[in-house]
Order: sequence, then structure tokens, then C-alpha cells
Amino acid sequence: MFIGAIGCEPLQLARVHLENSRSLDVYRKNGGYQAIKKVLDSMSPDDVINELKKSALRGRGGAGFPTGMKWSFVPKDSPKPKYVVCNADESEPGTFKDRYLMERDPHMLIEGMLIAAYALGAKTNYIYTRGEYRYLIDIMDVALEEARAAGLLGNKILGTEFGCEIYTHTGAGAYICGEETALLSSLEGMRGHPRMKPPFPAVSGLYAAPTVVNNVETLTAVPDIIKMGGEAYQKLGTEKSGGTKVWSVSGHVNRPGVYELPMGYDDMEKFIMEDCGGMLGGKQLKAVIPGGSSVYIMRADQIIGKDVRMDYEGIVAAGSSVGSGGFIVMDETVDVFESTKNLTEFYKHESCGWCTPCREGTDWLVKVFKRIAAGHGRPEDAQLMLDLCDNIEGKSFCPLGDAAAWPIQSAIKRFPEDFRKHLVTSIDSGVST
Amino acid sequence: MSTQPIQIQPLSQPVNIGDEVASFSPEVEAEIDGHLAKYPVMRSAILPLMFIVQRERGYLDAPGVAYLAKRLRLRITDIWEVATFYSMIYTQPVGKYHIQICKTLSCKIMGEPGITDHVCNKLGIRLGETTADGKFTVSLVECLGSCGTAPMFQIGFDYHENLTTEKVDQILDGLK
Repeated sequence: MFIGAIGCEPLQLARVHLENSRSLDVYRKNGGYQAIKKVLDSMSPDDVINELKKSALRGRGGAGFPTGMKWSFVPKDSPKPKYVVCNADESEPGTFKDRYLMERDPHMLIEGMLIAAYALGAKTNYIYTRGEYRYLIDIMDVALEEARAAGLLGNKILGTEFGCEIYTHTGAGAYICGEETALLSSLEGMRGHPRMKPPFPAVSGLYAAPTVVNNVETLTAVPDIIKMGGEAYQKLGTEKSGGTKVWSVSGHVNRPGVYELPMGYDDMEKFIMEDCGGMLGGKQLKAVIPGGSSVYIMRADQIIGKDVRMDYEGIVAAGSSVGSGGFIVMDETVDVFESTKNLTEFYKHESCGWCTPCREGTDWLVKVFKRIAAGHGRPEDAQLMLDLCDNIEGKSFCPLGDAAAWPIQSAIKRFPEDFRKHLVTSIDSGVST
Repeated sequence: MSTQPIQIQPLSQPVNIGDEVASFSPEVEAEIDGHLAKYPVMRSAILPLMFIVQRERGYLDAPGVAYLAKRLRLRITDIWEVATFYSMIYTQPVGKYHIQICKTLSCKIMGEPGITDHVCNKLGIRLGETTADGKFTVSLVECLGSCGTAPMFQIGFDYHENLTTEKVDQILDGLK
């Protein structure tokens, strides 16, 4: 599997290939913990937030919300303790970048969290890692211990008045806990049910105190932003999508992997066909899901020859979105009906059951998919599925419902032939159409 | 129709914590204390503690649940409520080696069905079953974040990636 940067100098992947890249020593020798030093020496919390705003860094977990703005929502005068929580509950199908960032460069995450904690005045901070990534929790624990021993955690960090703690926390197998309010419920020891927004976590989050929840990739971008300055970081990308982005690529390509690209990379066809080594076995490209399973599926002809710029605006204009940056590339052998059924089963399994549209809707969708797959597809089933999606989209408590509806809506619209061929009741079912 | 207000009994004590309560060695107790020290609210440690109970007892059994209720000062029902939500918390016994094959899209299109068939045939069990000697359980699970190295499975907490049938044989034959 490939790990590296294309089209730019690696920032977040700068150290991944170094020997012992996990160790404090290697991190320090390669520019590590310079940013927190700069922050503690010469910057106020507001300065840090301003740099973040200038950087045009947008949350890398999937929603793409501007990070500087998110941080600025935390009330400064709150008497409550504040928390920074790292969302390492990476569970979006097709996404595995955070895993390698943590595995290869855990101190980068610690430094990013320290800067966030300083900017927000947080004393206690958590890294919520999905339960399956137990080995990453062990890696983080070792790195945190190293940092503690070196005076980078605890009281009087680097001899200043600033002090904070970072702890690891484990999830236990629930996709919904990647949603920030569900993550906070889980971190409080509850079922991972999402909560009503507002109040947003910035005002009332963990233990009802002001909390910022950021994805691993977002937090690991922070040290470089501080080191080079927000403006310089933004210029690596485009005006509204600053900096670089780490993409995960899987499926039918010759070189799957973790790719760091500048935002606005030109273009998606070149990325898949050249950078990722082209299609496996020389087959034809059929479909691409560019942002983790929850985004609209794209037809090959929406990419080939279309000059799709790889940033938030570019991919939206092409008919999908950046999401978590998880590319799933599919060749001509894939039946999009089958692939969509697979993802719908995923959402049905992961629906937390809290709200009716999502719990019942995903269940019914799977029932319809299974009936069609068993040879009992009726011509009106495509419309039935779209109606079910319509009753979930925008009507569920949290975005999981939307995430379940979008792949189906886009698949039926963009690959009608793959559905049509299943929607003829087979003779042996005894039902005439 | 009665206008009597419904009387709700206050819960001063945890309800029925069961007849048997699990107990653990001083080392494990110290490990549990370490987790509890991370949080301002005890309940937050529920998942880390469930994993410890599960590791020590094989799965989250009734005495284990009673222990957690007592240790976290919660009700039995609070523990069950959380335990039944998370797919990695087992409320039933599983084999010594739990083979969890990822079935989500990237793994699916990169050869998961072949791997699943091979594992099931080799062990002579169907999905969700455990071998008679209690050694292996096989399940299909949703995305494990290993899409670039598909197909894959996780045994316990260990990732096994870029699987082929030969590699599966090697891995399973190597498990004692």
C-alpha cells in the first residue's frame, strides 16, 4: 500500500517513512514540538484561533466545517472546565487515513491537541479511538507516556504556566459514535445516541461543558499551520479549502493507499488513472465514491475528461462531496445495485435506533434490497426505495439517516440500468408484473 | 378514572446486583483504578472496564455485569443498556479466537466472499457459529478501516490484511 504526498511537499505525511517515526526523538528531530513552543512563547489563544481562521482549514472528519470558527464558538468566560476531544472513531467505509496518521506519527496528534487545548483553555482532553483500533490506543499510550516524561504533558508544559492532560479512550464498535454528539454520549458512558443541537458541543458538550470535537486529520494539521502561518498554509490549497488533504484510496486500483494532495489538486481522473496506478487488471472504470460511503456515487463519465478539481467546491460541482476523503474505486465488474445493497446493510446495522425514520427506514430499505436480490424485484421498487429515502433524508435526528439515503438516491439516478435489470419479477416467483 | 398520582420510588441503592459478583486480582483492580482516574465522572470508564471484564472472563457475564454495577455505582440495567449497544461487547460466550471478517464495500469487491467461504469450509462452521472445541468463532463485521489492504479480517484485536486463501491457512494453522 502506498503512503505519501503527490503534487506537494508532505506535511502530515512528512515523517511517516522515517525509521522509528513514532518516537518522540524522531519527531523532535524533524520539526516536532516546535509549534507548541512557538505558541507558548509568543502567541495568545486568540492569535492561535486567528491563524486557524486564516488557514481556511476545514474539518476533515466529513462535514468540512471551518475549524477556526468552530474553536471560536467556545465561550471564553465560561466558569466550566473545557474539553478538547479528538475524534479517532474512524469508521466511514473507505476511510483509513487517521489510522496511519496515528500509527506512524502519534506525537503530531499530541502536539495538535496541545495547541487546541491552549487555544481553548482545556485542561483535560480525550482521544476517542474506535475499539477495533486497539493497537493504535497502545501506540498513543506509549507516545503520551513519552511526552509526559519529557515535560510536554501535565503541569508547566515546557516550563510555562500552561498545563493539560491527554487521555486515550476506547469505543466499542459503533459507527454512530463518529457523530460528535453521539461520541460525547459514549464518552460519558452512555449508549452512543446523538443529542439535539443546539446547544452545540462548543457550548454544552462533554459533561455539559464547552467542548471541541475534531477529527485526527484536522488536529494533526494544526502544528504545521502554526509553524508556517495560517496564510502560507491556506495558499497550499484554494481560497476556501486551505492546505493539504489526506485521501484514502481503496478498491480496484493498482496502488491503493493514503495520499496527501494539495487542496484543489488537478484533477480526479489523473489522480485515479496515474497517481493511483490506474485500474486493476486494466479494466474499465465504472464508478467512484470519492468521500467515504456516505457521499453521492459518481459515474466514470462524471470524472473522465471532466477536469474535476479535488477540493470541497470542485467535487461538489462534479456531483459529489469530499466527505471524509475515502475513495472507493469500482470497475466494470461491479453491479451498483449490489454495491448499494452492501452499503445499505451497513447503515441498517449502524443505525443507533434512536429515531424512527432512520431505524425503520434503513431496515425497510434492506428488506426491499433483499427481496429484489432474491429475484422478486418489481418495476415500481426503484420508486419505492426513493420514497423510503425521502422519508429518511432530512427527517432523521442526526446525519446518519442522510448518509443512508444519499448513496441509494444517487445510485438509482446515475446507474438506473443496474437497478432496472433486477426489477423484473422472475417467472418462478409466480407474481406477474 | 383514578386521579391518584403515580408514586415513583427513589433509587437509593443499586437494584438487585445479582447473587454472584465477579472478583479480580489486585493487578487487574489496579488497571481498573487507572482507567477510573482518567475521568471526572466514573461512568465514563464503562467501556474500558467492560473490555477488561471481557478479557478476564471471556465475555460480559452476569457476575461481570454485577461487578461493573457495583464498581461504577450504577444499576444492573445501566450496564446492560450500554453493553447491548456496542458490537464489540459480548454478552454471549465466543470462541478463543474470534475471526471477524470485514464485509463492507471495499473488502466485498476485493474478495471477501472467497475468504469467508474458505474460512467457513476450513473450520467446518457457518457464520456466527463457534467450533465444537470452543476455539474459533467466525462472524462478518462492518468496515474495520482497512480498505486499502482489503480483504481483511481481525482476530481478537489483531489485523490481518491483504488476505489470500494461502495466507488464511497460514494464519489459522499458526493459532494454538
